Amino acid sequence: MQKIGVFVCWCGSNIAATVDVARVVAAAKGIPGVAFAADYKYMCSEQGQQLIADSVRQYGLNRIVVCSCSPRMHEKTFRACAERCGVNPYQVEIANIREQCAWILKDKEQATRKAIALMKAAVAKVQLDTPLQPGESTVVKRALVIGGGIAGIETALDIADAGYKVDIVEKEPSIGGKMAQLDKTFPTLDCSACILTPKMVDAAQHPNIRIFTYSEVEEVRGFVGQFEVDIRKKARSVKADICSGCGICTTKCPSRKADSEFDAGLRKRGAIYIPFAQAIPKVPVIDRAHCLKFQTGKCGVCSLVCPNKAIDYTQQDEIVTEQYGAIVLATGFDLLDLKHFGDLGWGRSKDIITSLQLERLTNAGGPTEGHLVCPSTGRQPKKVVIVSCVGSRDTSGRGKTYCSKICCMYNAKHAMYIREKYPDTDVTVFYIDVRTPGKGFDEFQRRAVEEYGVHYIRGLVGKVDVHKDGTLHLTASDLNSGRQLEMEPDLIVLAAAVTASPDARKIAGLVTASIDNDGFYVEAHPKLRPVESPTAGIFLSGMCQGPKDIPETVSQAGAAAVKAIGLLSKDKLLTNPCTARCNEAVCSGCQSCVKVCPYGAIEAVEKTVITLEGKKEQRSVAVVNEALCQGCGACTVACPSGAMDLKGFSNQEIMAEVDALCW
Amino acid sequence: MLVNEDGKTAAPETKSFEPKIVAFCCNWCSYAGADGAGTARKHYPANVKIIKVPCSGRVNPLFVLRAFQKGADGVILCGCHPGDCHYMTGNYYTRRRLTLLMSMLDYLGVAKDRLRVAWVSASEGARFAEVMNDFTAHIASLGENVKLRDMRCRK
Repeated sequence: MQKIGVFVCWCGSNIAATVDVARVVAAAKGIPGVAFAADYKYMCSEQGQQLIADSVRQYGLNRIVVCSCSPRMHEKTFRACAERCGVNPYQVEIANIREQCAWILKDKEQATRKAIALMKAAVAKVQLDTPLQPGESTVVKRALVIGGGIAGIETALDIADAGYKVDIVEKEPSIGGKMAQLDKTFPTLDCSACILTPKMVDAAQHPNIRIFTYSEVEEVRGFVGQFEVDIRKKARSVKADICSGCGICTTKCPSRKADSEFDAGLRKRGAIYIPFAQAIPKVPVIDRAHCLKFQTGKCGVCSLVCPNKAIDYTQQDEIVTEQYGAIVLATGFDLLDLKHFGDLGWGRSKDIITSLQLERLTNAGGPTEGHLVCPSTGRQPKKVVIVSCVGSRDTSGRGKTYCSKICCMYNAKHAMYIREKYPDTDVTVFYIDVRTPGKGFDEFQRRAVEEYGVHYIRGLVGKVDVHKDGTLHLTASDLNSGRQLEMEPDLIVLAAAVTASPDARKIAGLVTASIDNDGFYVEAHPKLRPVESPTAGIFLSGMCQGPKDIPETVSQAGAAAVKAIGLLSKDKLLTNPCTARCNEAVCSGCQSCVKVCPYGAIEAVEKTVITLEGKKEQRSVAVVNEALCQGCGACTVACPSGAMDLKGFSNQEIMAEVDALCW
Repeated sequence: MLVNEDGKTAAPETKSFEPKIVAFCCNWCSYAGADGAGTARKHYPANVKIIKVPCSGRVNPLFVLRAFQKGADGVILCGCHPGDCHYMTGNYYTRRRLTLLMSMLDYLGVAKDRLRVAWVSASEGARFAEVMNDFTAHIASLGENVKLRDMRCRK
């Protein structure tokens, strides 16, 4: 006999302030099948779970309804609690009376009535819940990290150090990412390359790490523990195993039209190039769009000068298929395209640059060997203006609404770079707010003002005019004094907003990870599961989840590694038992379900079935492979005879909920 | 056979009319979006009651008809944006199935704008509330639905 227990949580005052929990309990007690109902201040607490366990024992409960927060929050908790006291975890239902009731409604009467309705629907469903047993699946002990910036490298190293194999896939010709482009890092002002390049070497030399550079993920199949991934190794046109990395080809290449990506467009590079001196692997790539050999058929200089005969113009893309247990996304970030910021002079003068370009101009490995110059004249600037929040905290639609988080700190850093090296150069920073939370961050920014004499002006830059002679004229407002300011800076640095990598959306589609409106990956829970995607087996590392600085990126990369290691260390995973089930007596063998299944989990099998009339019959019926089925339920609707059903979300159960809610 | 019980169109609207609205929400996007609406304390009417399904593709058109039959005034189905389905293709099936269902609703005696399909992602809490406010207002303006009755059960 069914004995249902209904447990109504107050969630402190979160629920109890808006929902009359006592009335919900009273309403539950009147429902046939409900043997016990009670409320408690915090049902998820130890005492709350003890109350559930005690009631199960005392009243012989075999089904549980918890009226509480979202099942996305504590369904796991209550299922585990049920299992401990001998109730099948899949005979637990959650009525979400916090997010869907208490938090969206102000009127207590309305909220209470809705809570009762939701509770009744949950009771209606729980009555039909059948006990389910999860199956088991194996785990491939290898992880894939997509993205080879600091986040990806750190995650890969941590996983590899724990003894598991890791592959890094990086679309650029070298690992290193954006951090490799930076000059120094805040708040310590230590050289970016000096902390990053040893990590790159560690990753390259680690026996457990394989690196696929100039490669992209093409296709992802399978599920947690058993992903199968196709990696496209793009043709470098250079045989990596023979190339010694001497770089002669890159110096002799006659094509000099392509902008260097690494130097943020401040320098031209050859069609055959190594992105930067410390690149890993140190193997050049031919950019076929700019290569004379590929475009005109004439040239072939690189092939002639190569001492090892490593150039191969006939190389083709190669597809590598590999199995992984876990996938870590570390696709990083990009900077906002400033094409809509013509009012700040973007695109009208070479002396209006982004912060990333400034990094290259001050970097000893950059196009000017670290000498800060105005790109148009090559002369050292005497007056530099830095503009914060270009496209950040922007509600006008041309930028992003969020705060890019790192700009306030790097603006202070840039101002310090300049004042340190060129004390006679005047630096002014325009800002809306200075936001410097973080260890040693506020002190750092104050140092820029107090010790380095950087002018900070709270205000907006309205307009930048570029005169015929190339000089710049800037109009701004000082919000503190209310004055209009006119300035003639030699160099303007725009702190462009951070955006998600344009590839993030494509990869999200491949691994079915959730993505937000700005293109950042969504975490499973912002507080409790910040480095996991809602999709099982997919973890998030670094900026791909949202703007963050290097210390935060590295901590998150480590956290993602720990989560991945936790998964890889298991020999077996429990699978979701809410899979499709075929009623073979009714199945006509039409195979409609086979066609709609995105996982190829259903096949038609010739077998002896017992019909509804009790006769034995030999025919083809649909058989579900529970290891492959992910429980989407597409087949259940496609089935014309109603033979397919989904465990845990059966037709009957959903109908019962509909009936309860429409009563 | 499904027919209107009283043969009339919508009942006259009264002040106390509280539409019954069933919202089917997929687990991955829209249910999370509804949680987001709650977390951000975005108000939407109590009339909307959510049923969680793993994927919008799990929603059998029969569930929608059952809701109308049992007295729902409006049914809304929410899933991930096209291209973002957790199960890759579920919402494409939903889109086609529900388009077909909508084209038959008038024939069945239910105004077709009593059924709506909306894509709400996990990060669109505010949009979830907006969609629900808009749909509820629309259903309220349509008035009470006529119940579909199965005539075979009538004595």
